[in-house]
Amino acid sequence: MQPDTTAPVRTKRRGLRLGGLGPLIGLAALVVLATILNPSFLSVGNIFNVLTRTSFIGIIAVGGTFVIIAGGIDLSVGSMAALLAGSMILFMNALTSALGGGWLTIVAGMAFVVILGALFGLGHGLAITKGRIEPFIVTLGTLGIFRSVLTYLSEGGAITLGLDVSDVYSRIYYGHLLGIPIPIWVFLGMAALGGVLLNRTAYGRHVQAIGSNEQVARFAALRVDREKILTYVIQGVCVAVATILYVPRLGSASPSTGLLWELEAIAAVIIGGTALKGGFGSVSGTVVGAILLSTIGNVLNLTSIISVYLNAAVQGVVIILVAFLQRGRRR
Amino acid sequence: MKRMLQLALVAAALLGGMALAQQKAVIGVSIPAADHGWTAGVVYWANQAKAQVEEAYPNLSVIVKTAKDPAEQANQIQDLVTVNKIDALVILPYESAPLTKPVADVKKQGVFVVVVDRGLTDPSIQDVYVAGDNPGMGRVSGEYVAQKLGGKGQIVVLRGIPTVIDNERYNAFMDVMKQHPDIEVLDAQYANWNRDDGFKVMQDFLTRFPHIDAVWAQDDDIAVGVLRAIQQANRSDVKFVLGGAGMKEFIKKVMDGDPLVPADVLYPPNMVATAVNVAALHYSGGSAILGTYIVSAPLVTKDNASQYYYPNSPF
Repeated sequence: MQPDTTAPVRTKRRGLRLGGLGPLIGLAALVVLATILNPSFLSVGNIFNVLTRTSFIGIIAVGGTFVIIAGGIDLSVGSMAALLAGSMILFMNALTSALGGGWLTIVAGMAFVVILGALFGLGHGLAITKGRIEPFIVTLGTLGIFRSVLTYLSEGGAITLGLDVSDVYSRIYYGHLLGIPIPIWVFLGMAALGGVLLNRTAYGRHVQAIGSNEQVARFAALRVDREKILTYVIQGVCVAVATILYVPRLGSASPSTGLLWELEAIAAVIIGGTALKGGFGSVSGTVVGAILLSTIGNVLNLTSIISVYLNAAVQGVVIILVAFLQRGRRR
Repeated sequence: MKRMLQLALVAAALLGGMALAQQKAVIGVSIPAADHGWTAGVVYWANQAKAQVEEAYPNLSVIVKTAKDPAEQANQIQDLVTVNKIDALVILPYESAPLTKPVADVKKQGVFVVVVDRGLTDPSIQDVYVAGDNPGMGRVSGEYVAQKLGGKGQIVVLRGIPTVIDNERYNAFMDVMKQHPDIEVLDAQYANWNRDDGFKVMQDFLTRFPHIDAVWAQDDDIAVGVLRAIQQANRSDVKFVLGGAGMKEFIKKVMDGDPLVPADVLYPPNMVATAVNVAALHYSGGSAILGTYIVSAPLVTKDNASQYYYPNSPF
């Protein structure tokens, strides 16, 4: 039964690769333009800055690629990141007295946040498949819930990580491995994992089949509900991994943490050539999309030829232009 | 006859109850919900003021309500009048224009109105205005930066969210800078009163400008991100960062003599407590409670920091 559902998807994908260069061309053009405007754009320090800060949205968007390809959507990721960050900090602060302010506490915190993220995703998946509620509504609901719970926990202020743990943990964000910042490694690792899962496993093919036609997938005896729930679990775990990188940056979480990340993550996925209606897409496209988005912000900060009042407009124009470049993929 | 007596008793009881209710005046406090540090401080101080006023004046009760947007706040003040029967309203308007009409309606029903921080578009509505001083905050910040740099140097500015508040602060700051031609403002970008944006914008400023003498971050949340970015870039050219608002962590840094944070400019969220107390004074009688009170934006330095340090506040 498998060839029946996967064969058409495969040919579609092969045809699409040609048009998939749109975001890459857009990114290349932006890089050239930025370098002309300010040569320090190409400095190693700046490139590391951009890639490191892309890692949060990028990792979340890798998970989002699965959700969207399967025909779903997760609007809650920004709020979820905020609540996960706050919970992780409170958890580690509570553990510090028992385990000390070292790696033991941090590793426990990481495990805690990954489990919590997976559970949030599981909740979404169950409400959507078993509860048969539209994903837009479920995750719009949790978008509000997650952020208010964090606001409640922090009384509207900031939840701050204890100094001892913060000092050790900050190496995860600010440290280097083989000369490259650790968040970039994690980002690449998650993207590679996502790419393999999507393109080289039966699960990935099932996700694409479900997204392109759920009824057909059901008739083909795919376990549609289970696979869909899994996409939300993957999304939850991705948000948790992003949180693990986010917390050591400032050592705090506040109600403004992760604000509007959901829009950036979804935009990265769509700019990268994944269809918002589901069915097909690629992780590598998402990665390029995420880098493109944060590069726009970086270029705007590095130059002052355009009034700061128009920053959002420039971002809008670039996003639409890139979508135009890769429009062939949708047909 | 018996029935008549019963009726009379009931009527007497009702009248008595009303008289009692009238003696106990109700002050309604309507403020934005705690969605970032400063508003968290407002909510905290409103509740502090409630406890304090209710203890000091047994004839007063205070109701605190928070709203997440202007529309909710407009509904809320209607409810305060019809359901809670408030005698006085203390309001920190979410936005000036959309709340002017609803507050005017409340005023028409005979409620004593105290407006805090952001003014209404029609100032004739309010009985008392407890004003925050945004231009003053910008001016004090500018004067401090100029004095600390000895009138010479290169600075970058991080702004808040594009709003009237941000414009007032920024314009007043830039007016001071105009008097110091040897201070160059390299660039100003929005950081949305947000730690993460403060970090990002500062990283990019550090990439772009090889030499920066000082940073005006305007807000302590932004300054948190700015300090991290400077630390990461290992830059020793930045002599100091001036935030604002009076977050307890920053007041603490000033107290402890952190070289990068020598001062802070206050924009105190407890101005809401001032307003609640002003409303309470209206009912204690004997003093004229009218006009405008300006809560100034003082400079906090190592010498006076301890008097602005509130470790229990969330902000």
